[in-house]
Amino acid sequence: MRLYGGGKIIIGLIIFFFLVTFPFFLNAGKVNAKPEPKIDTPEIQKLVEKKCVESKAFMRAEHMKLLNEWRDFAVRDGQRVYVNSEGKQFTISLQNTCMHCHSNKKKFCDECHNYMAVNPYCWNCHIAPKEKES
Amino acid sequence: MNRRQFLKIAGISSVLGLGGTSVVNVLTKGRGEASHIVTDERALTAKRWAMVIDVSKFRNEEDYKKLSKACHSIHNVPDFGNPKDEIKWIWTDTYEHTFPTQPNEYIEEDIKNKPFVLLCNHCANPPCVRVCPTKATFKRPDGIVMMDQHRCIGCRFCMAACPFGARSFNYKDPRLVLKPEDENREYPTRTIGVVEKCTFCFERLAKGLIPACVEAAREIAKETGTEPGMYFGDLDDPNSEVRTVLSTHYTIRRKPELGTEPSVFYVIGGGKNA
Repeated sequence: MRLYGGGKIIIGLIIFFFLVTFPFFLNAGKVNAKPEPKIDTPEIQKLVEKKCVESKAFMRAEHMKLLNEWRDFAVRDGQRVYVNSEGKQFTISLQNTCMHCHSNKKKFCDECHNYMAVNPYCWNCHIAPKEKES
Repeated sequence: MNRRQFLKIAGISSVLGLGGTSVVNVLTKGRGEASHIVTDERALTAKRWAMVIDVSKFRNEEDYKKLSKACHSIHNVPDFGNPKDEIKWIWTDTYEHTFPTQPNEYIEEDIKNKPFVLLCNHCANPPCVRVCPTKATFKRPDGIVMMDQHRCIGCRFCMAACPFGARSFNYKDPRLVLKPEDENREYPTRTIGVVEKCTFCFERLAKGLIPACVEAAREIAKETGTEPGMYFGDLDDPNSEVRTVLSTHYTIRRKPELGTEPSVFYVIGGGKNA
C-alpha cells in the first residue's frame, strides 16, 4: 500500500489533532475549582432540623425533576401542599419555599449550574432572593 | 458474519437494552412512594368561580384605579407608559366598547360617560383555550381560565381568539420597568415573549384569600359606606353571594351572543337596591 502525498496528510493530521485537543492542553495542570454550593444561610442556621424537602442525595440528583413536578402541581393542578417521604408538609413554591431557606442563589444554584454550563430559565420570571454582592 | 447472525445479535441486544432501562428506572426511583400532595385546607374552592360587578358602586375613575393598583402591584404587572406595550389584567373602557351590541343613541348621559371595569371573563367556553397550541392556557376544574407561563410560546393565537381583549403580550422584558423595590417578591414576574392576563388570583384563593380587586372594592365600600361593588363566589352554589345578587338584580354580560359564557356579570342600573 502506498500513501500518496503522505507527508502532507500526516502533517495535516497532526495539526488537526493539535487543534482538537487544544483546550485540553491549555487547561492541563490547572486546578479547576470544584463547585461547592453553600448551605450556610441565616435561614438554614435557624432551622432546628436542617433538612431539605427530601434527602440530600435525592435533592442533589433529582432536584430538577422535583421542581418540574412542583411546577405542574402548583400551576396545572392547583395543589400547593407537598408531603415528603417523612410525612412533613411544605408549600409548593420555588420563590417562597425553596429560596426562603436557600437565600443565597449565587452560592447555591449558580455555583453548580455555572460549573456544568447549564442555564435554567427559572430566574427570567421567578424573582431571585436579594443578596449582598460578595 | 452473515445476515442471520447479525439479526440474532441485534435481537438479543435490543432485548437486553429494554431490560436495562427498566433496571435504571427502578434504581432512580430512590424517593420511594411515600411523598405525595394534599389539598390545602385554607384554600377557597368552587365548581365555577364567578364575579358580579355593580358599576353603580364606583364613583369615578379613581376608584377603578384603586382596583387596578391592587391587582397590578401584587402581580408585578409592569407599566410601560405607552398603549402599544401596555400590560393589563384589570382596566376600564367606555360603555360602548364594553357592551358593543347594546348601544343606543339616546342612552343616559351618566352611563354613556361612565367608565366600566373590565377583566378576563373566565368564560365557561373559552376560545383562547381552544386555540392554544401548547395548552399553556387551560380551564381549571373550578372554572378559572389559567395561564401556565412555563408553556407559553408567545404565538398570540389566544389574543386573536379572545373577544374581550383580556390578554396582553410582553413585547418587552417587564423587568425593564419594574423597580426591584416595588416588586412583590412572593409572586413571579413574566418574561419577554409570553402572554398574560387575570387569573382570578388563583394564588390567593389557594391561601384562602379573595381576589385582590374584590378586596380593594370592599375597602372602597368602607369609605363610601355602601355595599361593595364587586362580589365573588361560586356560580354553581345557589346560596353563594354571587347567586344571591344575580337572582335579585338585572345583570348583563359582555358579548353573550358569542356563546363564550362569561363568568363576569355587570349590574348597571344603580338605584337603592342595585
